[in-house]
Amino acid sequence: MSEALRIDYVLQLADSSLILGQRLGEWVGHAPALEEDLGLANTALDLIGQARLLLTYAGELEGRGRDEDQLAFLREEAEFRNVTLVEQPNRDFGHTIVRQVLFDAYQLELFERLQSSSDGRLAAVAAKAVKETRYHLRYSGSWLVRLGDGTGESHARVQDALERLWPFTRELFEEQPADLEICARGIGPGLAELRQAWSARLDALLTEATLTRPADAPYRWFGRRGVHSEHLGYILAEMQYLQRAHPGARW
Amino acid sequence: MSSLQTWPLWEIFIRARGGLDHKHVGSIHAVDATMALEHARDVYTRRQEGVSIWVARSTDIVASDPADAAELFEPARDKVYRHPTFYEIPDEVKTL
Repeated sequence: MSEALRIDYVLQLADSSLILGQRLGEWVGHAPALEEDLGLANTALDLIGQARLLLTYAGELEGRGRDEDQLAFLREEAEFRNVTLVEQPNRDFGHTIVRQVLFDAYQLELFERLQSSSDGRLAAVAAKAVKETRYHLRYSGSWLVRLGDGTGESHARVQDALERLWPFTRELFEEQPADLEICARGIGPGLAELRQAWSARLDALLTEATLTRPADAPYRWFGRRGVHSEHLGYILAEMQYLQRAHPGARW
Repeated sequence: MSSLQTWPLWEIFIRARGGLDHKHVGSIHAVDATMALEHARDVYTRRQEGVSIWVARSTDIVASDPADAAELFEPARDKVYRHPTFYEIPDEVKTL
C-alpha cells in the first residue's frame, strides 16, 4: 500500500474535525444562552485541536513541507476529505444538536477503536481525543433528549432535523476499497462493525428522546472523496480568507 | 433571552485540587441539576480550574441579613484572644 492511502485517511479524520469546529464556531455570540455559547465553543475548540494534531501528522507523512496551517488554509474545496454531514449549515439550535449527536456518536466509536490502531500517532491522538468526544456526546445527547422529549415544537424541530440530516450518515459507513485496506492493515476499524456500534448507541438515544429513526435513503454526496455539498465552499471562503488575502499573516 | 428568565439560577462550587475545599466561583442558569453540572463544567473549568463541581439552587442558599451585621459580626472584633497567636512554638516544630 502506498503512503497516499494513509495520508488520505488522516486527512479524512482531520478535515471532519476542522470543518465541524469551524461550523460550531458560527454560534459564538449567537447561542440561546451564554452557557450554551461556551459549551458549543468548547466543543468547537476541541475539534480544531484534534484537527491541528492530525493535519500536522498528515503534513509530515506527505513530506512536502506543508504544516497544519497550509493544509487548513491553502487547500481547495475538492482536496478536503471531511464527511459531508459536518459541512451542513447550523440552522436552528435543535438542528445543530442533531448534527452533533450523529457525528459525536460516530466519532466516539471511531476514536475508541483508533486507540488500538497499528499507527502509533493515530492511536495517541485518539487516546487524547476520545475523552473530549465522550463529553461532546454527553452534551449533545442530553440536549437531544431534552428537545425530543420536550415541547411539541421542540420535538417537531429535532425530528425534522433528523429527517434532513439522516441521508448524510450513510457516507460515514459506506465502505470503499481504501477503507478495506485501512482496516486490513489495522490502521482503522472496519466500517460495518463501526456502523453497528453507532447504530445501537444512536437507537438508545433516539428512544429516550422519543424520536423516530428515519428510513435509510439513497445518497448523493461523498465528501470523503472530495465531492462536497454546496455548503463547503462558503465555509472555506470565510475560513481561508485571511491567509489568502494576506499570505503568511500571523496572529 | 426569554430562556434565561425561566431557567433557575444555580450557585457553583469548584474544588481546585484533591484535598482542597470547594470554593464558590459564581453562578449559571440551567433547567435542572444535570444541565447545571454541564454548564458549570463548560463555563468554570475551561482552564483546568477544578477536579470536582458542586451545584446548588440559589434559592436553597440561606443568607444572613446584612442589617444584622452589627450584632452578628462586630462583637468578634475585640476578641483577639480567640486567635491562636499566643502559643510559643517549640523550635523542633518546623512547619506550622
